[in-house]
Amino acid sequence: MNELNIKYHNNFLKEVEENIEEGEWIKMCMQCGVCSGSCPLGPYWAHPPQELFMMIRAGKREQVLRSDSMWMCTSCYNCVVRCPRKLPITQIMHGIAAYANNLGMAPKIQPTRDFSILFWKNCTRTGRVNELRLTLGLYFNDGLVAGIKKGWAMRNIGLGLMRAGRLNLFELFKGHECKDQKGIHAMLKKAAEIEQRHKHLTA
Amino acid sequence: MSEMKTAAYICQGCGIGERLSAKQMAVVAQKEGKMQLVREHAFLCSAEGVQMIRDDIEKEAVTHIMIAACSRRAKTEAFNFPDVTMTRANIREGVIWSQPEGDAAQEIMQEMADDYVRMGCAEIKKMKLPQGTPDKAQNKRILVVGGGISGLTAALESAEAGYEVLIVEKQKALGGWAARLWKRVPAKSPYTDPIDTGIVDLIASVTQHPRIKVYLNATIAQTSGAPGRFLVHIATENGAAATEEVGAIVQASGFTNYDINKLPELGGGKSQNVVDQAGLEQLAIEAARQGQPVRRPSDGGEVSSVAFIQCAGQRDESGKHLPYCSGHCCNTSIKQAMYFKDSNPGIDTVVIYTDLRTPGMGEDFYRSGQNRGVTFTKGMVSEVAAHGNSCTVKFKDIILNEDSSIEADLVVLATGQVPNSGVNIDLAEDAQAEAKPVSILNLTYRQGKDLPQLKHGLTDSHFICFPYETRRTGIYAAGPVRRPMDIAQATEDATGAALKAIQAVENASLGRAAHPRSGDLSFPIVRLEGCTQCKRCTVECPFGAIDEDEKRYPVFNESRCRRCGTCMGACPVRVISFENYSPDSIGNQIKAVDMPDEFSEKPRILVLACENDAYPALDMAGMQRKVYSAFVRVIPVRCLGSVNTVWITDALNGGWDGVMMMGCKHGDDYQCHFIKGSELANYRMGKIDDTLKQLGLETERVTTCAVAITDSARVAQLINDYAAKIQEIGMSPMKGFA
Ligand code: SF4
Ligand code: SF4
Ligand code: SF4
Repeated sequence: MNELNIKYHNNFLKEVEENIEEGEWIKMCMQCGVCSGSCPLGPYWAHPPQELFMMIRAGKREQVLRSDSMWMCTSCYNCVVRCPRKLPITQIMHGIAAYANNLGMAPKIQPTRDFSILFWKNCTRTGRVNELRLTLGLYFNDGLVAGIKKGWAMRNIGLGLMRAGRLNLFELFKGHECKDQKGIHAMLKKAAEIEQRHKHLTA
Repeated sequence: MSEMKTAAYICQGCGIGERLSAKQMAVVAQKEGKMQLVREHAFLCSAEGVQMIRDDIEKEAVTHIMIAACSRRAKTEAFNFPDVTMTRANIREGVIWSQPEGDAAQEIMQEMADDYVRMGCAEIKKMKLPQGTPDKAQNKRILVVGGGISGLTAALESAEAGYEVLIVEKQKALGGWAARLWKRVPAKSPYTDPIDTGIVDLIASVTQHPRIKVYLNATIAQTSGAPGRFLVHIATENGAAATEEVGAIVQASGFTNYDINKLPELGGGKSQNVVDQAGLEQLAIEAARQGQPVRRPSDGGEVSSVAFIQCAGQRDESGKHLPYCSGHCCNTSIKQAMYFKDSNPGIDTVVIYTDLRTPGMGEDFYRSGQNRGVTFTKGMVSEVAAHGNSCTVKFKDIILNEDSSIEADLVVLATGQVPNSGVNIDLAEDAQAEAKPVSILNLTYRQGKDLPQLKHGLTDSHFICFPYETRRTGIYAAGPVRRPMDIAQATEDATGAALKAIQAVENASLGRAAHPRSGDLSFPIVRLEGCTQCKRCTVECPFGAIDEDEKRYPVFNESRCRRCGTCMGACPVRVISFENYSPDSIGNQIKAVDMPDEFSEKPRILVLACENDAYPALDMAGMQRKVYSAFVRVIPVRCLGSVNTVWITDALNGGWDGVMMMGCKHGDDYQCHFIKGSELANYRMGKIDDTLKQLGLETERVTTCAVAITDSARVAQLINDYAAKIQEIGMSPMKGFA
């Protein structure tokens, strides 16, 4: 089938339903626009939730998955509270983002995505978040010079935290760790397997 | 009737005695009102007060009573003396409650009360006890025109209530559109799936009913008469004719689908694969009969995608198509999309709408459609292009704000309902000849063959207050002929119409009025010797109650009459009157007031208030202690339409400084209980300017305003504004001449 033939047909919607958590809700949207109007970041999205749902129903696979819109969601849950059709919009936003990411279709430079990856790696390595490394990782994300500049700008806060015993420079070398790191890794692996089984990833 | 004996009763209760001199009112009633018996009472509506009146009726042979107490709308149960003629002077709501306390206001307030007593006494002497119309007809059979879901329901409901019923159906079988549906939108919880129409059972109950007689292949060749005695000529296809007498008529003539061929831009008439909703039902029934899924009409191929286009030729602003929404079509398209989804979930179904309107429990049904995977797209369709066995639907996606298109094997256009309402009797004859409508009822009424229409060919009814009524007493429209609707609404509508028809035959058999003066025993009486055959009454009666005889005199059909008095207002020679409401009964009140002279600085403003809305609004203004000018004297009228211009000229000649007429809103969204009354009053008053100029008076001395029953605060303001204006213009120079 050519592109024209599948427009507004259920193909992409079905794919989304099969692969995205809570994706089966998308067909229930009644296009009232309350979510888009409620979202504090709505005006900055290229496609606010209502529109994303319509795009999915219109079969715009590429445009949806390559969009950076769903990455804009801050999980404030305003939309979920207000949606007259009770759609779990926040979850769906993250679901679409994760799916796009798994398919390698997510935008390459996207601050939310960058931070998410950094955070995930940071906390899954030892089972605990290493705040100093997370912060520095974020600072140096844009290169060495930018990192030094940001660090310098924040030095007083850093010193203050240190004096208050809230920041330990040795964390840089060996921070808090979970006792059973192997167990944690095994758990995460199992979770990934279950997810795979649940949603048959189509690349 | 025996001798008239008059009595006046002045109540002192509810503060009347404290704020006014009841003694003085009694003197006025006796000296000026010439009442034969005058009594005061501390608490007239008490058992004791009522008993006093009863005793007078029995022992003193009192026949006409005037009660000066609260409004005629209050204490109606206590002051209920059906065997005597009665009127009431509104001293409580109309005087003490609407006037400020204090000495400064005392004198003009007492004058107000005294005038109301004078007016009451003047009126009662011109009233008679209504006896009920001699036009009592006993036929209680109900004729139902149309054998679709509305007609069948009305027939069955009337028959079950014990009335004989006659159905006249044009087609060769009963069932109407409902019989041509595969399934219907659900009417019961959980409102998720299309259900059986139930029409087969309904037809069976009707045809087996001992009280229902059915004519098929039949039309109405002529209808004459009135409630309780309609004479109907029925013409059948094979040439046989029958004449039946019936008491009331339910017109359930249904609708025709808007012609799909008028929508070529949407592919209507261009391809077999573009159908209307009725066409799709036909395909679905055919497919079900063959035990197959719906096939593509052009080649019998498999259907893999269907597009539904909502509002096709409806809600049209260009003036080319139907301007209204037919109400059922969104639910119908959802239902039809389910036909496909239920036979094969893989079939893509897209509903393209601008606003999805799902009345009733349709929201649940809509969700159920979404749940099945029906795609709903907000869009405006610009074109459906058919090529080969497929169609391209071009539309603008309103959410994504882009031009788009889809391919579909089958396109369903949600066209609307066009009412089968017969001849538009308000159209000029040549326009009618052009439209070639076929009359449904073929009434012999002077005003035309069919029920009057409001707009878009839908029959006229008071949409807010009494939707089942039409402008022909004893004839009730039900179903889509009244307004577009679905099966559930039509069933309800037909039940309502059946009840109305039953009321009509019962009222007619007792010589009483139907809605809205239900139970009224008065009726218009015409003194034909004075009639100039001007035809105003026959033309203006909003209910077509008056025909003409061979000599062109009006013939009143009392049981077709609603007792609005519009004819009385129309008659230039004032030969039409009711026993208890007449040019004299009001005229006498206008003349009875004590008119202060030109230098008194006490103007007098006559308020003629419609008793349906404006008068209750004035009473409520009193209850809320809204203060209004003490210079007004209010007279309730049945309808502004009943106001005869003679009252206005009499008032002006008699030195009244201004006349205010308060009636219901008129126009397309009229509120008038008698539909045309307030409109006619406005029209007539438009002509009074000349009279005013002849008299050398300012045109502002007569004004009309629209007052709703909820306008209690506004009505006081209206009066005060007008009083200020009169003050500005100055006193009438006509005082002291009459
Ligand atoms: S949860 Fe996300 S999508 Fe919903 S309103 Fe908040 S930021 Fe917007
Ligand atoms: S609020 Fe809910 S129903 Fe409305 S557009 Fe957003 S998701 Fe759809
Ligand atoms: S105008 Fe009114 S009162 Fe007169 S005949 Fe018609 S319905 Fe009756």
